[in-house]
Amino acid sequence: MSEPIVKLEQVSFSYPAVEGRPHTALKDVTLEVEEGSFVAVLGHNGCGKSTLAKHMNAILLPLGGKVWVAGMDTADESRWLDVHRTVGMVFQNPDNQIVANVVEEDVAFAPENLGVPSPEIRRRVDEALEIVGMSKYARHAPHRLSGGQKQRVAIAGVIAMQPRCIVMDEPTAMLDPVGREEVLKTIRRLNREQHTTVVLITHHMDEAAMADRLVVMDHGEVIADGTPRTVFQKVELLRSVGLTVPDTVELLYELRQAGLDLPLDALSVEECAQAICGCLRSN
Amino acid sequence: MLKDITLGQFFPGTSLVHRLDPRTKLLCVVLYIAALFTAAGWVSYAVVFALLAVAVGISRIGVKALLRGMKPVVVILVFTGALNLFYTQTGTELVHLGFLHITTGGLERAFFMVTRILMLISGTFLLTYTTSPIALTDGLEHLLGPLKLLKVPVHDLAMMMSIALRFIPTLIEETDKIMSAQKARGADFEGGSLLDKARAMVPLMVPLFVSAFRRADELATAMECRCYHGGEGRTRLKQLRFQAADWAVLALFVALLALIVVLKLRFRV
Ligand SMILES: Nc1ncnc2c1ncn2[C@@H]1O[C@H](COP(=O)(O)OP(=O)(O)OP(=O)(O)O)[C@@H](O)[C@H]1O
Ligand SMILES: [Mg+2]
Repeated sequence: MSEPIVKLEQVSFSYPAVEGRPHTALKDVTLEVEEGSFVAVLGHNGCGKSTLAKHMNAILLPLGGKVWVAGMDTADESRWLDVHRTVGMVFQNPDNQIVANVVEEDVAFAPENLGVPSPEIRRRVDEALEIVGMSKYARHAPHRLSGGQKQRVAIAGVIAMQPRCIVMDEPTAMLDPVGREEVLKTIRRLNREQHTTVVLITHHMDEAAMADRLVVMDHGEVIADGTPRTVFQKVELLRSVGLTVPDTVELLYELRQAGLDLPLDALSVEECAQAICGCLRSN
Repeated sequence: MLKDITLGQFFPGTSLVHRLDPRTKLLCVVLYIAALFTAAGWVSYAVVFALLAVAVGISRIGVKALLRGMKPVVVILVFTGALNLFYTQTGTELVHLGFLHITTGGLERAFFMVTRILMLISGTFLLTYTTSPIALTDGLEHLLGPLKLLKVPVHDLAMMMSIALRFIPTLIEETDKIMSAQKARGADFEGGSLLDKARAMVPLMVPLFVSAFRRADELATAMECRCYHGGEGRTRLKQLRFQAADWAVLALFVALLALIVVLKLRFRV
């Protein structure tokens, strides 16, 4: 198998304590992200998701363990620029990641920093805006756009850098349902059509269910890792760390508790309905 | 009230004024200001004013938009006008009200001073209205380029300025939001004495500053993630290029300054 794009080896990290003991944010996290995959990271507030994300492109350096990005040790300062350009990052608040007053100028920011020649920047900007469906707004001022549009501009800004992997830290947390749907569609397309590796940090079950792989965190540790189907079957475990499961799984779980013989691995409403119908028929 | 702040606002367009190279426009504004401060009489003022009027006309910005930007300086205008009106005591006396004497000289001086400020502001506003902040800082960075030899961090200053301009609308929006929130809880920003007004600003400034610092921190991280590492080896989406029109306009403004200087030295008009 090819080398993983991001590899964490027993990473631990704690923030410097303001008062009292230092706060441990990551404990012995070992994780490999395969090139081209779509990984969701799930966990409740303060469990260390953002800290994990910041380790994936050398914004934070592990206090214990190692992080490798495309074979580069993130502790090696001379490789930081390469690490940044390999793993792009999208944050929660689009307002705080947009640098320029014009959409296309903002999207051009990363390639400009990389010293890409002007005609090539033009090409990349147009392509990135096309991918996120914002070509029409190239000459607009970002502060006049809706939240979902701003976040798509921010994503285009990272795409234009042509990273191999994009880590998104709750990119939909500040958006309304419409904006959220736009952004999720963009993310899915990015992974399916552009074959960009995506790490999506979220605390929405339905967003996590879109991924190929689901990593669940609690108190700085990875407590479950697998396909969404298998992970969501661990209903008790998820509930014990304060997470809910998708409604369909919840329903099947409750029916099972009531004594019905049902599988738990139905994520879509159709699958769930079929499972229940099948069960009723066989009774 | 916050809607009046037009500083750094940009009205996109395709007029000749919009299309000029930002360096040209910056240099022209410098020449224009120099001409304005050299102007010594009616003829000179009329010449400078004519040029301004033509530029405004071509830009299609509209006099209304320009005047809207003047609102914050009305106080300064009135003050300057009054000061010059009452303290200049030359020419023949027109009005005598107690200790106030208004003379023809005072009237003329007050008119020139107020006109000068108005034209100064109009000229600079025309620049910011027709030039995107990115282009503006880009132009500034190029023009100040030679200072790099003196170890002046020109690129960093330009970047700081462009980010400041980028965040003006965001912070205004945020101020509005905080104000509404405080008003909903009974805060009063309009009434009361000057001291009351200042006091009412405290609960506004504190959250604004806290949030501005948080934004700055997040923006710095985001910029680093997008490979920002200073001005070294940086390329631009739009390379600045001087066109024939730029040279022509520049020549026109140099001629303007020369004319005003000659008018002043030779004819004192
Ligand atoms: N800059 C910091 N200084 C000190 N402690 C911090 C800092 N940032 C985060 N922490 C602490 O580290 C822990 C993990 O934070 P992190 O931001 O990684 O959580 P998260 O899973 O992203 O949470 P959320 O869902 O709220 O974004 C939290 O308990 C938090 O209080
Ligand atoms: Mg977080």
